Amino acid sequence: MSTLRVAIVDDHAMFRTGVRTELESSADRVEIVAEAEDVDSAVAAIAEQQPDVVLLDVHMPGGGGLEVLRRVPSSAKTTFLALSVSDAAEDVIGIIRAGARGYVTKNISGPELLDALERVAGGDAVFSPRLAGFVLDAFAGTIEIAQVDEDLDRLTEREREVMRLIARGYAYKEVAKELFISIKTVETHVSSVLRKLQLSSRHELTRWANDRRLI
Amino acid sequence: MAVRVVFVVATWFNGAGVIAYLLLWRFMALAEPESSPGLESAERRGLRSGSRRRFGPKEILQTIAICAIGAGVLVLLQVTGRGISGSLLLPVLVGLLGVAVVWRQLDDAAWQRWMRQTSGWAFAARAAAGVVMIVLAGLYFFSQERGWSGIVDVASAAGIALVGAALILGPWISKLLGDLAAERRERVRSQERADVAAHLHDSVLQTLALLQKNAGDAAAVATLARRQERDLRSWLYGDEAQHGDSLVAALRLAAAEVEDAHHVPVEVVGVGDAALDPDVSALARAAREAMVNAAKHARVARIDVYAESDGRTAEVFVRDRGVGFDPAAVAEDRLGLKGSIIGRVERHGGTVDVRSAPGEGTEIAMRLPLRTTTDQETST
Repeated sequence: MSTLRVAIVDDHAMFRTGVRTELESSADRVEIVAEAEDVDSAVAAIAEQQPDVVLLDVHMPGGGGLEVLRRVPSSAKTTFLALSVSDAAEDVIGIIRAGARGYVTKNISGPELLDALERVAGGDAVFSPRLAGFVLDAFAGTIEIAQVDEDLDRLTEREREVMRLIARGYAYKEVAKELFISIKTVETHVSSVLRKLQLSSRHELTRWANDRRLI
Repeated sequence: MAVRVVFVVATWFNGAGVIAYLLLWRFMALAEPESSPGLESAERRGLRSGSRRRFGPKEILQTIAICAIGAGVLVLLQVTGRGISGSLLLPVLVGLLGVAVVWRQLDDAAWQRWMRQTSGWAFAARAAAGVVMIVLAGLYFFSQERGWSGIVDVASAAGIALVGAALILGPWISKLLGDLAAERRERVRSQERADVAAHLHDSVLQTLALLQKNAGDAAAVATLARRQERDLRSWLYGDEAQHGDSLVAALRLAAAEVEDAHHVPVEVVGVGDAALDPDVSALARAAREAMVNAAKHARVARIDVYAESDGRTAEVFVRDRGVGFDPAAVAEDRLGLKGSIIGRVERHGGTVDVRSAPGEGTEIAMRLPLRTTTDQETST
């Protein structure tokens, strides 16, 4: 397996150093090709280095991670993993909707972070229990099925089950075992939820994020 | 209140007040909702993208619709002959348009800066506009014949003159008001600074002192840091589950206590919430017991708690990836699981499902039908 080219974008130098140290202990799997501390330098570094994955802080000078996602051309093959300490639902959902393929909190352990980076680079989505909770909350609700003409606006029963298990703290392979499906199928479900989260125009979704800015 | 009276009076002019009210209602910038200190500060420093209001096609359509209604009312009044003469109508319409533009911008910082200028081209342009309006009003007044319509003429001429005067004097008045507001804001801000300082002193400084004392004890340091993080996080970013007695609030409280007592992080994720009636609080206490068990026996680095309420049923899952045990082999006298968890929940009409096997971790699933249908659905 070739090494993963990773860029760290975070305005806290101490945190960048910490992540670098943790990731460098598995130098056969990841290589850190760039670091950036604000939106402008991040956009420049991504354009120059074309990393596989960008570890993107949600809050940063210059408009935050959202601004980086807006300014990086969508044709780029780079994927984004959002990372934050704030847990404000509005920001988390916002950055996922802007194109990040996953969200983890800053107290994630080294091995878990490594897994998450590889998963995102492979085109899959990374859902922490907290994000799964946000998603269930956002898609919960009383919309009658007849009222929904767009499938994007609701989760299938299976997707809901997967989200609930992730919210309960199950890893993907445990979810697979629990539901008697393959890990690949779990990944498909999660990616599909991510797509719905990004594309759904369901007005409850935005309102939900605005109403409950804080979790 | 005074503004509403003006609108009512203006309604007399071909129903213009109604239209103006609708337009203003549509366009007046709404007061921004208050956010937690952490998020607000992040926004001020440009660390996050603010929630800017943009006008979409829907808003534009709404505006067109309102204008169409206005035009319709106008035409109707003119046709029925109850309207005022066209020579008066036009200036009134222009005036209303001006008022609408000004009011729309009231909260706009750039506009305020422009309004406060007392020199430069902007000031000259504004003053010129005011003077022209006053002169026009005078011309209009003197060119009209006196008579029954004279009263209306005098009133509207005076009105235009007043607008002109307001345009000239506006900056000074605005500056005065602005200064007052700034002073008040400054006072509030200094009070807030004092609050922040007090909070930091009571929490962070104390924790830092404790950390230095316990520097040798890794577990204690981790617990202290985690407790402080939890505290600071809920203070900075707010925590909906903190106010009010709810299931999620009770679970978070229990999780915090378990963390402190057993040095194991407990992650609580809540979807929906339920009011804390006696049944639900029994559920919360059972969940607390499950957390304590996991923290004591499972030998894990983390416990996941997930609570979901949909208004009919509340469910709580407590999961660890620890050593696990064989549920069938639990001795009858082990009070923790049988009495404090299973018995307690079942007494209140719920069910408990314990799933564990040696080496595979444990999950305790508790379900409780809610007695009253609460309005705790998160999105309606």
